[in-house]
Amino acid sequence: MDLSVKIGNLFLKNPILTASGTFGYGIEYSPFGDLKTLGGIIVKGLSLKPRTGNPGVRICETPCGMLNAIGLENIGVERFIREKLPYLPWRDTAIIANLYGEDISEFEELTKIVASREEIAGLEVNISCPNVKKGGILFGQDAKAAAKVCEAVKKNAKDKTVIIKLSPSVQDITHIAKTVEKAGADAVSLINTIPAMAVDIYSRTPKLTNVIGGLSGPAIKPIALKMVFDVAQSIDIPVIGMGGISNVEDVFEFILVGAHAVQIGSANFTNPKVSFEIVNKLEDIAKRLNINKISDFRGTLKRPIKDQ
Amino acid sequence: MIKNIECIDLEVTEIISLHKNFYKLRLTPPKWDWNVGQFVMIRPNDWGFDPFLPRPFSISQLDDEKLEIFFQVVGRGTYLLSHLKPKNKVKVWGPLGKGFKINLNLPILIIAGGMGIAPFVGFIKNHPNPEKIEVIFGHRMPLSCYPISEFPKQILIWTIEDKNEKDLEKLKRAIKVKIEGYSSDGQILACGPLPFLKMIFSECYTKRTHVQFSLERPMACGIGACLSCVIPSPHGENFKVCMDGPVFLCEDLSILFKQQPLIMP
Repeated sequence: MDLSVKIGNLFLKNPILTASGTFGYGIEYSPFGDLKTLGGIIVKGLSLKPRTGNPGVRICETPCGMLNAIGLENIGVERFIREKLPYLPWRDTAIIANLYGEDISEFEELTKIVASREEIAGLEVNISCPNVKKGGILFGQDAKAAAKVCEAVKKNAKDKTVIIKLSPSVQDITHIAKTVEKAGADAVSLINTIPAMAVDIYSRTPKLTNVIGGLSGPAIKPIALKMVFDVAQSIDIPVIGMGGISNVEDVFEFILVGAHAVQIGSANFTNPKVSFEIVNKLEDIAKRLNINKISDFRGTLKRPIKDQ
Repeated sequence: MIKNIECIDLEVTEIISLHKNFYKLRLTPPKWDWNVGQFVMIRPNDWGFDPFLPRPFSISQLDDEKLEIFFQVVGRGTYLLSHLKPKNKVKVWGPLGKGFKINLNLPILIIAGGMGIAPFVGFIKNHPNPEKIEVIFGHRMPLSCYPISEFPKQILIWTIEDKNEKDLEKLKRAIKVKIEGYSSDGQILACGPLPFLKMIFSECYTKRTHVQFSLERPMACGIGACLSCVIPSPHGENFKVCMDGPVFLCEDLSILFKQQPLIMP
């Protein structure tokens, strides 16, 4: 059974990646499974300087999902390289750095730092965070700005695969996807969380101190699936799908509509072993689907049966 | 760096109602090396996608017979927990966080507010020298809601019902006097809602008394990944309540309680 996937220069032994922000720096999950078995680990979004994130209440449960407004708290790229990277099994699984810059020059500098590390296999560029005041979703909602960030990163990324992480909060996600493809992106990943909110009628206050946050979890899966379906048909570079994927069947749904690989996000919170369990179940499902190579299943969605 | 944390499916053995909305959930015991003050994340297997997130609970007791969690129904998640039945499967990961540092030979003052008694239940029941323990217990609900009657009779326990301003003053006075008494040759452990802990903090802050505080915060993962539970630390970076806590020293909490950094003797 061939579960492997190639995305730019990235070779993944299987299509299961862990989504940034839901898997810490990877090491946190080592008690729950063998990190080496994962297709790859996308670490918590890294910025040039450490960030303490947003104050107050940062998460809130919603039906079949959750809101978060962490605000990209992270230890900064230098400390990540010094304190976390040496403990990750980078020879055996792809370590992907997720990058957050407030402006183009920060993205350039960040890219230079991580591109020089042999331990890092690829870069995911966050132009879609809804919880920060500068950059983030503002880059992702403007095709020209998205292209500029993409070019700046690509120029400094050496041979590292550059993945642009897209926001669902745009008029036409295929337009942004096509624009970053033209700007040199090796792949796109989607969807980031959906801007959303929750309120309490008794106290008349928002449930998140930041007022708005990003919605994730199974609640957004149908939206994510549709966007992956649309984007996969409109560009030639690989699409990495995410949004509410919680089990191995969900993984194959995203591959069926055209994803090369997927990311497991909030589901890691409901069961810290879930990403490892999904990897273990890939072969069984592939057998049941009668496929020898996972790529044989990709984008093979049939037309609806008319008589139904 | 990572301690002996594991994620396992445990079976419900018993669910005991102490009073309306107050329950003890007993699960088949895992074999864990753990400390008083550590906690677990719990999510029943039949929750599907809703409720979505697991819930953190202090380990109330853990021995060869049971892992026990003491909880109050406060929302939909805890309501559903209270309806679990024996044999139901529950996903549990732990033991999580850093617990209390306790010297069994020294006198101990426990200051607990309401559900803040939860991490101490097993400890109080099984202490080899119960006469070394003194408890101040502030509560709003009837005493029968809490597992106080299970404590050994040798323990000196001051229960103060906190219903109005006058009660609160009484509680404050008791805390002040007792903290003073234990400041030189005892240990003080505290757990309860934030305003309750703030009251204790003010006392130990002015007196420079060592107190260990256990904090409660909303969290999604319990293992330092989601960064939901952070509080500001005096060192500029945040503390993760799940990993750096939930037990903190007085000097760790100065920024949280909006005071100048504290230099302890």
